[in-house]
This record gives sequence, structure tokens and C-alpha cells, in this order.
Amino acid sequence: MASFKPTKIQVYPKLGEKVTQDTLYWKNYKAPVQIKEFGAITNIDFSPVAPHNFAVTAFTRVHIYGPFSQEPVKTFTRFKDTAYSGRFRSDGQLFVAGCEDSVVRLFDVSGKVALRMFKGHTKAVHVTDFTSDRYQILTGSDDYTCRLWDIPNATELTTYQEHTDYIRCGVTSKLNRDLFITGSYDHTLKVFDARADKSVMTMDHGQPVESLLLYPSEGLLISAGGRYVKVWDLLKGGQPLVSLKNHHKTVTCLCLSSNGQRLLSASLDRHVKVYNTTNYKVVHNFDYAASILSLALAPDDESIVVGMTNGILSIKHRKSLEESKEISGQQKRRPSYRVFVKGKNYVPKQDDYLVSKPVKQHLAKYDKQLKKFNVSKALDTALERKPEITVAVIKELDRRGTLKNALAGRDEQGLSHLLNFLIGNMVDPRFAPVLVTAADMILDIYQSVIGQSPVVDRQLLRLQELLEREIDYQQDLVEVLGMLDTMFASSLPRKEVPSLPQTVELSLS
Amino acid sequence: MVEHGEIRVVHRGGSKLTSRDPVFSSDSRFLLCASGECVKVFSTSTEECIHDLRGHTELVTGVLLRPSNHLQVYSCSADGTVRLWDFTDGILIKTYVIGYPIYSIYASANHEGVIFLVTPAQSDKRSEMFQLVAVQLPQSGDQLVEARELSAVLSDVSSNPAAIVFGRGGEYIASANGLQLEVYFFKKQKAYRFPLKEDNKKGGKNTFMCVACHPKDDCIATGHEDGKIRLWRNFNHKKEYTYSTLHWHHSAVSSLCFTPEGTNLLSGGIESVLVQWRYNQESQRDFLPRLGAAITHIAVSPDGALFCTSHSDNKITIIQSCVKVSAVIQGLVKGESVRTDLMMDPRSKSLVLNGKPGHLQFYSLQRDKLLYNLDIVQQEYIHESGLQQFEVVKAAFNASGNWLATVEERKQKAAELELNLKLWAYDEQTQSFVLNTTISAPHEAQITAMCFCHAADSQTTMLASTSKDGHFKAWQLAAQAHTEDEGPSWSCDFVGAYHDLVPECCCFSADGSLLAVSFQEVVTVWSPASWELLTTLSQPPGAIRDLCFGRLSCSKYLLGTSANNLLCCWNLLTCSLEWSTSMDVSLLLADPLSENMAAFCCQAGCTDLFVFKPSEPRPLFSRKEVCSGKVTRAVFAPREEMLESCEESSQWLNHSQLYFLTQYMDLMTFTTKAEEDRLMASSKQLVIDDSVAMTPFYLLLGKHRQQENQDSLGGMSAERTPLPQGSVAIRELLQTPAHVLPSTSYLCSMFVQSLLISVTDTREENKHTEEEMESEKEEEDSEGEMESSTRPKESLESEATESAAPALTKAQARELRRVKKLDHSWLAGLLDS
Repeated sequence: MASFKPTKIQVYPKLGEKVTQDTLYWKNYKAPVQIKEFGAITNIDFSPVAPHNFAVTAFTRVHIYGPFSQEPVKTFTRFKDTAYSGRFRSDGQLFVAGCEDSVVRLFDVSGKVALRMFKGHTKAVHVTDFTSDRYQILTGSDDYTCRLWDIPNATELTTYQEHTDYIRCGVTSKLNRDLFITGSYDHTLKVFDARADKSVMTMDHGQPVESLLLYPSEGLLISAGGRYVKVWDLLKGGQPLVSLKNHHKTVTCLCLSSNGQRLLSASLDRHVKVYNTTNYKVVHNFDYAASILSLALAPDDESIVVGMTNGILSIKHRKSLEESKEISGQQKRRPSYRVFVKGKNYVPKQDDYLVSKPVKQHLAKYDKQLKKFNVSKALDTALERKPEITVAVIKELDRRGTLKNALAGRDEQGLSHLLNFLIGNMVDPRFAPVLVTAADMILDIYQSVIGQSPVVDRQLLRLQELLEREIDYQQDLVEVLGMLDTMFASSLPRKEVPSLPQTVELSLS
Repeated sequence: MVEHGEIRVVHRGGSKLTSRDPVFSSDSRFLLCASGECVKVFSTSTEECIHDLRGHTELVTGVLLRPSNHLQVYSCSADGTVRLWDFTDGILIKTYVIGYPIYSIYASANHEGVIFLVTPAQSDKRSEMFQLVAVQLPQSGDQLVEARELSAVLSDVSSNPAAIVFGRGGEYIASANGLQLEVYFFKKQKAYRFPLKEDNKKGGKNTFMCVACHPKDDCIATGHEDGKIRLWRNFNHKKEYTYSTLHWHHSAVSSLCFTPEGTNLLSGGIESVLVQWRYNQESQRDFLPRLGAAITHIAVSPDGALFCTSHSDNKITIIQSCVKVSAVIQGLVKGESVRTDLMMDPRSKSLVLNGKPGHLQFYSLQRDKLLYNLDIVQQEYIHESGLQQFEVVKAAFNASGNWLATVEERKQKAAELELNLKLWAYDEQTQSFVLNTTISAPHEAQITAMCFCHAADSQTTMLASTSKDGHFKAWQLAAQAHTEDEGPSWSCDFVGAYHDLVPECCCFSADGSLLAVSFQEVVTVWSPASWELLTTLSQPPGAIRDLCFGRLSCSKYLLGTSANNLLCCWNLLTCSLEWSTSMDVSLLLADPLSENMAAFCCQAGCTDLFVFKPSEPRPLFSRKEVCSGKVTRAVFAPREEMLESCEESSQWLNHSQLYFLTQYMDLMTFTTKAEEDRLMASSKQLVIDDSVAMTPFYLLLGKHRQQENQDSLGGMSAERTPLPQGSVAIRELLQTPAHVLPSTSYLCSMFVQSLLISVTDTREENKHTEEEMESEKEEEDSEGEMESSTRPKESLESEATESAAPALTKAQARELRRVKKLDHSWLAGLLDS
């Protein structure tokens, strides 16, 4: 007596991402903490010193959050208009921010009132940064100028008016106090040396530049503008290295992971992409709810902070080691180890008589029903499961010649359930061959009752629509295939088919 | 044409076991079943075939235990004889010649010396009318007895053996035919007929299929084509009969059987479920489902402990008390057709072909036994007629037997063809094939041919398949790209096509460097290394049917057969036709171990065989009319040990043996005279050795037995047996450690026997000689003995004279005898001097 063979669920090739080391690393974050700000979040900056607070610039305020708090530990509100680009100094003591009203304000992190106000720009200041000697401030403004200011005197040191459009990003060298780079909406990046009165290097990005990033070694510069992320080699005189186009909307922000191995780019298309910096391939992708304006990574990648246009700040914290284990354990709550080894590790003694117990076969519910030839019930059970299983059961019923019986005799609810499934999965190429037969049968069986139930009628119409659309798609695809064939045929070198050997002539003669 | 008297075509195993219902011996240790032209005796516990009762010259159609002697069995055959056998020893006792083909046999304890046979109605032998006749078996001492006195009992009966049955120990006999049940009472000499109305309801079919009688009650159970079982009672009145209906089976009930006590009724049919109905409580049923294939016969052992069901897949299942399958006797499964080729499994050297639906069977040719069935489809088989099931249509092994490729297909009308290509890896641990890769829909249409690359030294295994969709594909074993997945799996390496023609067959060269694919009239030769089309060969007109590369020294040749009766041989070095000959070759195959090729040609309804080397113009062997009909499946099976035949004509059989399947699914082979002789010798030897299994105990004790036999023979001639101490058995008994010895009860008889021999009068003589020797030693030891020895003699004599009345003690008597002996020697010495 052979045992019942369960329905074979076909294994389809897995579509979608492969599990790599990177996916494991970047997936290992907790569910995001979301904080609503007053307006679009234009900039996020982490304090370089512990405990690594971060400043979030949104609308007319700058909030400073602690690493784990969901309430701001400090707020700077003395802005007359929208604030921009709130940044910490490398010692974490001072804080600078630009403003729509063209005034740049310098704060003590522990104070409230601005220590210094740098006035000189004529339009909104979107770029501020400290130089590496900590005594100067770089600003870039919508009046096409960028300036260097002295902090102690609050005086303007130099002005460069080389850009021909808004300056929206800039970065200072961490190694040299005189070097800084600005990017502008005039599509150019310019490298300035404070000791020279002109820019020393100009690179053309090709799109309005939104963000700049220097590698820790400062040999490479990354710029983002339009849909492109470009990498430039500064040591080779600004030679473009790579041009990446992985976003389908403007890239707004760039960020390096703590070890410099991964580059993150955020875009208005609501994605954050992670690149490998050795081959510049996308290794991971985050999805967010709204267009992203700003992005920052905490030191050691402890958290990813993302600011969006709808004013929502999303903070993802990395799971601690125990947590990541615990969570995976919680997801699959299984009986304890003891249950499984119970009695298994008992070693029979020499004169024990062993009674072998047949292994009990565990069958899924639909298999049990199939075993009892309850075909309709089996189909109902399978409809509640994954589509792969449902399709496998439909196939099995078809093989048994009882699919018609299983489909027939359903009321309005049952039929609409079935039609729903068909609408959802009919055009899936994996399931189509099986479901087309089933759909044919359904139409045959329920032909007579069409027009009696509005629900079913509506679903049938949807199904029809779906099929018509699918037929159109297929037709288009065939056309494309034909075009490709002609293209390939014309591009291939014409190769002589080896001539028939002499046998033919021999046999003919 | 040379006549090859020494090579014969012989039938090789695989005959149907389930044509008639099997019979249990009265102690239910043996099961007898008709199998082809012989009756096989199986052990119910070990499944082994114990005896082959051979003698009939045509199909055996019935087996029946002799009611008066339960150690004897009747068998009837279509050759018109009934034979009586002693099945425990496998001896033919008597042959009764009836003279008409017999279809079944019945007997009952009530009718001593009479058997009942179903024969064709006497008017003409070919008619579809059958009658039941009673034959009085003549009492005569002869081996061959003519029994021509037939008296008809019932006319117009069914030829189906299940449709006639004796009731209540032979008081009446019930026969069902068509829509009529007939009961004949022997005492009253009267027959009652109970016709059933043809059911006019849809699907209703009332035709009788089988009959069973209750052993105690007057109750007849009949099975019907629509799945109903009717229980007839009160049938000894023409008018007042009643019947009740049981219905569980959804299609015809093919067998019914009451248990010996009559408490249960067993029924079976195509559903392959054994149903046990309680007699008089018919609502209670027990089921034993999924027995594997449609049940054709059911039998119950006389003590009711064992049931036995015969199945349509040539299998007999023995079931213990309706719960547990205790033994399965499985023959070669024969479907309607063999869709896969015949193949040899390189590992087990067994024949592989498709058997049960969705299975491949591995059949040992040497032992005529099915080794196992490999489930290819792995789906629950639905036992229903008219259902399209998955069928294994192609299978192929690679050279080492590590990989097995199978193709299964299911074609429904108005639906897409379902095709699956499966690749199985041999697992050393479980010693069976494990599914490695399933490729669903490998081609868009049916696969026409499939073959593995047989190169022994290639690192990668390659499989080529050709399909009616106009493509051929090469599949290769490749490691997975992603390390998380388990092991290597198969993937498509190349898709090839040629001018939209349909590829029919493909073949790899022996070294794996060439792949030949035939596209209708054109043979294309490809290089598997670069997938370049190297050359095309053609021999118009006529589509290519078979392709075969030569082997070993003939590996430069490619042979092909075409539909317009041509056998062509191309030389691949010159790319030209070497030779061609006109013959209608239905099958061409190459011997894997030699250069030989075999071609089966179909001519005038018969098949001829030619064995040839591609390089030589003359065939090595040819045989006209090997069998009737077309041979489409054959295989060269490598021999386990090479045959040393010096005859030129039979040299081609040295390395391998050629097996082929005829139109009627009979497995045939060619044997040489020498081989047959050897087989006979070995079978005789087997009979002798059969009594005791080869166990360490046998090795220990069997040796002794043989020695004993020899000893006893020697002892007979020399009238002298060794002393008890000297007996090998005893010595062995004393010297071998106690824990390896068999039980004392077994040793006892031997021990006693050895003692018995020494107790005979020869023993006394032995004792004499022994004592003599002892005394002689004593004499040599001391010289003074001579003088002193006279003294005891005198004293003894005086003693003897003194006490003549009291009997001598044993010791004294011995002493006396010794002295007498001594005296003799002395006297002899004196006389000599």
C-alpha cells in the first residue's frame, strides 16, 4: 500500500533580488522612526563628536536630535525665513546655517542666540561650511557668489563671482584649509584655492549640480545633478571617471558609508541607492514614501536619516546583534529544541526489541481533501493559499479530470472569489497555461447565469478587459521581436552554409 | 546462407503472472500461479520462486489444488492437457490429454475424481461459445492418460474463470454470462436461470463480471460492470429469489471472494482498492487503498490469514489480514507499449524500460526479477479509465550510470502538451536515483530523441534532445551561479536548428567530439565544443530513421537508415558515403563493447536480424525470421563474464547479449549452445545446493556432511570407520568454541550417528587392534616381560581352571584375550623357525 503522493507544487525560478552580503547588511535596520517636521527637510548633518547628535534643517528651524531621542534636544529658531544647510564644526562646538534672508548665522551648540551674523550676500544662502582650520566659513548663495568669512571678526575675506547661476552645493577640503569646491546650477563644479583669486579647476557636470561629496582621501569628487551621479578624479585635473544613471529623477543628496566602501545617493524618485565604490554597481536599494531631499548616515552606519519633501524625517537604527537574532527567532516561533530531540537520542540497549514506527505523513489541508476526492473543498482551500499552490491544485484537478466538478455548483460569492483569483493571476506567464483552461471551463459552466449577478458581471467584464489588453501587449511584443530579428539578421555576417558534400553528387550520378 | 544451428532464439522471462488467479497451498506457505507456459510456486513469506512446473506447451490457463490431496495440483492449458503435479518437489505426476483447448478448471470435494473444464463448444473450436464439461479422470498408473469422456454440464458459459464457481462445497455451481446468472444443482440435476434486465438508465451496465459463493450460506455474490455487487439469496426457487445490492466501486467489479468462514466479502476493481464487506452488515466496510494498479483477482488462504490480490501491472500482493502488505511478487510490467527504449543500467546491469504508468522499471535479466520501480512522475495515480496520465516517453543513462534523464509527457486534447525533462543523479547512500533538476517545457513539442554524451573522460556531462518544434537542444551540468543554492544543476547550453526541418534522431560519437542530428533527409554533424556545424551528409530521398556512430576501430563511420529502405554508412574522414545497401531496417543499434552493429529488418511480416561490422562487407551473422512482426526495441546487454566462443558466427555474442521485444511484448534473446549447456549445468548445481543457504554454519557443517558422505562411502568399501575420537565432526565439535556452534539439538543427531557407527561389531575389532598395539609397546619397553608374561598366563590358566563357574570379569577376559594373542605370535614364530 503506497502512501498518498501529495500535490506537487511547482518551483518557479525566483524573481527579484538575490540575497547578498550587502542586502543582509543594509536590511539589518529596525523599522523607521518617523518625525513630522514643519516643512521640507533640506539638510541633515551629524555632529562629528560623540554622542553624534544630528541637525535637521527644515523650514525656519534647525532641530538637533540626539542619537536615540525622538524629541529634539535643541532647537534654533532665530531665523527670519527658511533656514538652509545647518552644519556642525569639526569639534562639534559651533554650528552654522544659511537663510533665505541672505544672512548667515553662527551658533554655539549649547546657546540659543546667534554668536555671529555674516551679512553680505544679497540672496538666499544655500551653502555653508567650515574650513578645516575651523576659523573660516564658506558660503554659497543664489546671488552666484561664494564667499569666505573670518569667524572671530565676522568679516568677509574673499568673494568669488565665477558661477553664472545659483550655487546650491559646496564642500570644503578636510585636509587643506584653503581648498573648497562649489557646484552650481550653471552645470559646473569649481575648485577654489583661497590663496588664488580665481578658480583653479572647472568641471562640467552637464546638469544643475545638487550635491557634492569628497572622498576621505580627497582624490575623488562625486557630484550629483539631474539624474546623474558623476565621479571625478581631482588628481588627474578633474577627469570624469564614471557617470552613473540609476535614478529616474533628480538626485538630491550623496553620502558615503562610514568605511568608504559604499556610496549612497538619494533622489526625488523616492529611492536611496547604495553603490559599491569599487565597481559602482548598485548593491542595494531603499524605498521611501516621498521624494527625498536630504540623507545622512551616522558614524559606523548606526542609523540612516532621510528627510523628505513632505517634512517627514525617517530615522532607521541599526539592529544590535542580539536584536537581529531575537527578531528572526520571534518570527518563527517553534517548539523548543527539547521537543524535537525527545526520545530521539535514546540509544537502544543490546537486548531491546526495536519496534519501528511508520513515519506519519503530514499532508496539507488541500491534499487531505484531494485524498478524499473532495475536489470542490480542495479548490476552496487552495484558493486561500499562495497563487503557486492554487495553480498547482487546479492543475492536479485538471489531471484528475475533475476540474469541471470542482468549479461547478458555486454561488455568487464562490464564483466571484474564483474570478478574483483569475483576474489577479491570469496574465502571469507562469500560470497562464493552467488558468486559461480553468477560465474556459468557468465560462462554459456559468454561461447560463451571466446577467443575473452584477458582481459577477462586473468581474467578467474586467477579465475581458484584462485579456484584451494582454492580447495587445503580446501583439506588440511579437512586433518588437520581429524588428529585433531583422536587426540581428542584418548585423550578422553572412556565413556560407557548408556545401553539401560529394555524397549527393555521387548518389545522383 | 549459412545455417547457424548453435544460436537459438529463446524466450527470456517476463511472462504474465496475473492472467489467472493465484492459488494458496493448504498450509498457505506457497502460492501457485500460472505464468506463461509454466506454473510458478512462490513462497508467501520470502517472495522467492521455489519451483517452475514446466511441461505445458501453451499458455497455462488454470491452476487448482487437488481436493483429495492438498499436496498435488492440477494445471490446465490451452494445449488441451491437464497435468497433475506434486508442487512441493516440482514433479509431474500425470498428464491427462483432453484434446480441446481448456480455458479454466474447477473441482470440488463433492465430486471425487471429476474435474470441470471450460472448453469451446464442441461444434467448432474457433467459436466464441464455451461450455462447461465434467471429465471423469481415469484411474490408471500411466504417466500419460487419455481422458476423452466429456459430459457437458452447462452450455453457453463465459470464458472468464471468475464467472463460474462452486457453492457450498459442490452442491451447486453458479455461472454468469452476459446478463444471466445460471445455477445448476447437481442433486436435482436442475438449472435455474436468473436474467437481469438491461439497465436503461444512463451509464448503467448490468453485465455480470464475476461470481462468488458463500461457503456456508446459500448466497451468491455477483459483481457487475457498473460497480455494483448483488447478493442473491433463495435462488433454489425459480420465482422467489431475492437480491440485495451493494455499491461502492465506481467502475466494474473485477473480482469477488468470500473469506473461508464466510464472514467477509472481498471485492476489487480498477480503483485498486481492496474493499472488505462484512457479511450481513454490509454498511461496514474496510478499505485497503492504493495497491498500485487495478485488481484483477483476489484469493484468500484456507486459514483466512492471508489475502492475495493480482494486479494488472503483473504484480501479486500478499496482504496480512486486510491491513498490511506483507509481500509483493512483481514480474516484468508490460504496458500496452514500450515508449522508452530498452536500456541497460550501467550500474546494476539491469534492463530498464517504462512499466507502471509514470514509472521506470529496473529488471534483472539474470534473476528474472523486477529489482525496483523508479517513480518518475511523482504524482498520485488516479485509477480511472479514460484519463490522460503522464507517461514516461524517453529515458537515457549516461555511460557511468551516474545520471538518468527522463522525459514525461501528457497530451490532452484541446490543451497544451505538458512536457517535463527530469535529470536524476545516482545517490550512493540510498543506492537509487534522486531528482536533481526538473525542466518543465524543455521543448515546445514532443521530444523525438534524447541521448547522453558517452565519452568516458569528459569532465562535463552533456545531454542532447531533439524535438518536433524544429530545434535540438544541448543540456549541460553547471554549477549554480548563486552559492546559496545546493548543488550543480542542468541548464540549456545550446539551441540548434537547420532550415526549419524537424530533427528526428541524434547521436554522440564514442569520444564525444561529434554530435550527429538528422533533420529529415539531412544528417548534420556538429562539434559540441564550439557548436559549429561541421558538415552535412545526405542520401536523398527518404527521411533518416536511425543514426548510429561506429565504435572502437570503426569510429570513423556513421551509419543511418532511411525511410526508403536504405542502410547507409558514411566515412566521416572523407565525408563521403562508404557503402549503402537496400534493406528495410526497423531498428539499428550498436554494441557498446565491440564494433558490431545489429540491424533488424522487417520483411513480409517477419523480422530478420543482421549483425555486421561497418568496416566489413560481409555480415557476421544473419538470421531470417527471428520472430513475426516488427522489432522496434532491442538492446545489447553486456555480459558479466566474457564468453569464450571460437565459432566465428557466434563471436558477436562474446561480449554482450542481444535482447529484443517482439510485437507481442515478449522478451527474447539469442543464446549459443555452449552457454545453454553451462546454464543447464549451473541450474543442476543450483538444485543440489538449494537445500541449505550459504551461511557460515553451512560452511562449517556442510563440509562435514560432505566429508561424512564420502567417509560413509569409503567406510562401506573398506568396512572400517574411524574411531569416535578420530571423527572430524567430533574433533571439530570439541575444538570449535561453543558460541559459534549450532544448537545442540542439531549437533546431537550427528554426534549420536558417529557413536552409532563405532558401536557396531567392527568397533570391537578396532578395540582389539588397539589393545594389541598397546601390548606390543609394552613388550618393547621391557625385555623381562617375555619371561614374566608366562607367569600371568599360567596363573590365569590356573585361575580359569579354579573358577570356571563364576563368569570372568571384563578385565580378566581382556587379559585373557591378550595372552591368547601373545601365544599365537609365539607359536607362529616357532612354526616359522
